Amino acid sequence: MRLYALAVYLFLYIPIGVIALFSFNAGRHASQFQGFSLQWYGRALANPLVMEALGTSLRVAFVAALLATLCGTAAALALSSLAGPLRRLFDALIYVAVMIPGIVIGIATLIALVTLFDRVNPALAVLWPASGQAPQLGMGQASLIAAHGLFAMALVILIVRARIAGMDRSLIEASADLGATPFGTFRQVTLPQIAPGILAGFLLGFTFSFDDFIIAFFVAGSETTLPVYVFSSIRRGVTPEINAIGTMVLAVSLALLILAQAILRRGRRQGSGG
Amino acid sequence: MRQGPSAWLLLVPAGAWLLGMLVLPLVVVVVFSFGERGAAGGYVPAFTFANYLNLGARWAAFRNTLTLAPLGTLACLIIAYPLAYFLALRAPARWRTLLLILVIVPFWTSILIRTYAWIFLLGGQGIPALLEALGLGAPRLINTPFAVLVGIVYGYLPLMVFPIYVSLERLDRRLLEASADLGSPPWRAFLQVTLPLSLPGVATGCMLVFILLMGEFLIPAMLGGGKVFFVGNALVDLFLQSRNWPFGAAVAAALVLVMLVTVTLYMRLVRRWAGGRDDVSLM
Repeated sequence: MRLYALAVYLFLYIPIGVIALFSFNAGRHASQFQGFSLQWYGRALANPLVMEALGTSLRVAFVAALLATLCGTAAALALSSLAGPLRRLFDALIYVAVMIPGIVIGIATLIALVTLFDRVNPALAVLWPASGQAPQLGMGQASLIAAHGLFAMALVILIVRARIAGMDRSLIEASADLGATPFGTFRQVTLPQIAPGILAGFLLGFTFSFDDFIIAFFVAGSETTLPVYVFSSIRRGVTPEINAIGTMVLAVSLALLILAQAILRRGRRQGSGG
Repeated sequence: MRQGPSAWLLLVPAGAWLLGMLVLPLVVVVVFSFGERGAAGGYVPAFTFANYLNLGARWAAFRNTLTLAPLGTLACLIIAYPLAYFLALRAPARWRTLLLILVIVPFWTSILIRTYAWIFLLGGQGIPALLEALGLGAPRLINTPFAVLVGIVYGYLPLMVFPIYVSLERLDRRLLEASADLGSPPWRAFLQVTLPLSLPGVATGCMLVFILLMGEFLIPAMLGGGKVFFVGNALVDLFLQSRNWPFGAAVAAALVLVMLVTVTLYMRLVRRWAGGRDDVSLM
């Protein structure tokens, strides 16, 4: 039994380990390890295409996760005190947002937005004062933020709502009994209790957006995120540079995940202790 | 919290987002699927069932998906169950959380990079070269259905372990003791107590993995080398290469429909099987 578990863990971690190991390979060949070197990291970080894609990925992930956290937390708070058809409608939509394959979300967003922009752009050109160039709407970072943020928001709502459900309600009542305003109660009682959920939701949303390939593939327009860059480079052939980029990507997600876990666990302890 | 107009206001941003970026785009897909293709690609309004009648042209993609998705789900289940069992009932208590986190963590890291790792391992200079050096011949591994299956198990194993673990962990251990006290050998206790009580977790895990596999694109694209393609690969081709949006929309709609039907049937089956138990939850 133990041996079996060990084998499965090896299966899960050896491929990642091999990538990390070979990212430090001095030689070009994948077949043998020819000594330790950081040259592929140097090359990846000096590659303007990689750095631009990384910048786009980080920007999109940050803004999408931030907006998702704000809208998702607000919605989770409202939903916790809501029953009836509206609540059921939201539950169904969140369920659909999580369950529909990313590829279908990507396609749907692509054709909906392109069709919309095709209608809006001529109108903008007509309405715009003759003196200037009318702005053209197109697929890019904004559409990607909107698409990634949608899934991230569904995640935030699920996590924060679970947090609210586990919250000690008597504290809220006590606060109200002692004469606190609803906003005061929210700021001093509710918010501290659900904060770990909000933060974890933000981090998971960020990780999702940072790692997502399939939605970005359809929705990013001429922009390139890091996963899209890696995918197209793999098509051109496996290089040690990709090992280095991949190792960095894995390291970023791992760091964020560990952070999210730590925050949730600490929050849980405080929640049950208070 | 009091219910009042403020609660409604808090729902507006999320509601608008869900409406604009989820409901409307999905409606557009359905509308487009009844349309016609323009001369230069794109969409011309029409009402025709031609796209749906033409679905047979992508039958191979549907066949591959509907073969490899259940097969991949089964492979995940077979590998995941003993691990979940070990974690829930045999692992030392103080290591349990850490071991569980170690299973789940890969799922939240880049599937692209993890699949790429297998290109590296199964490619000519990876495992085949190793086998050749050992004098075992050099089998072709990459760009085969086997490679896709390995990628699937690697990608989705964590998602299968977790729900099975949860259902096993909640299991009332006194039932096992009672079974032992009444003279049942361990294998009978497993078949008659442990296994039936873990079925809700098995059902949840299978469904999660199956749903995600139905929409898979990356794993067949990277490890199947164009020979093993899923509906997802057909969709990428239709939308990004041949720009046949109405037909692509019909394929996407058919995919979601097949998914919904399979999942509903499966849920029904599992409910009946589990004797009307209602705790086959998704989260």
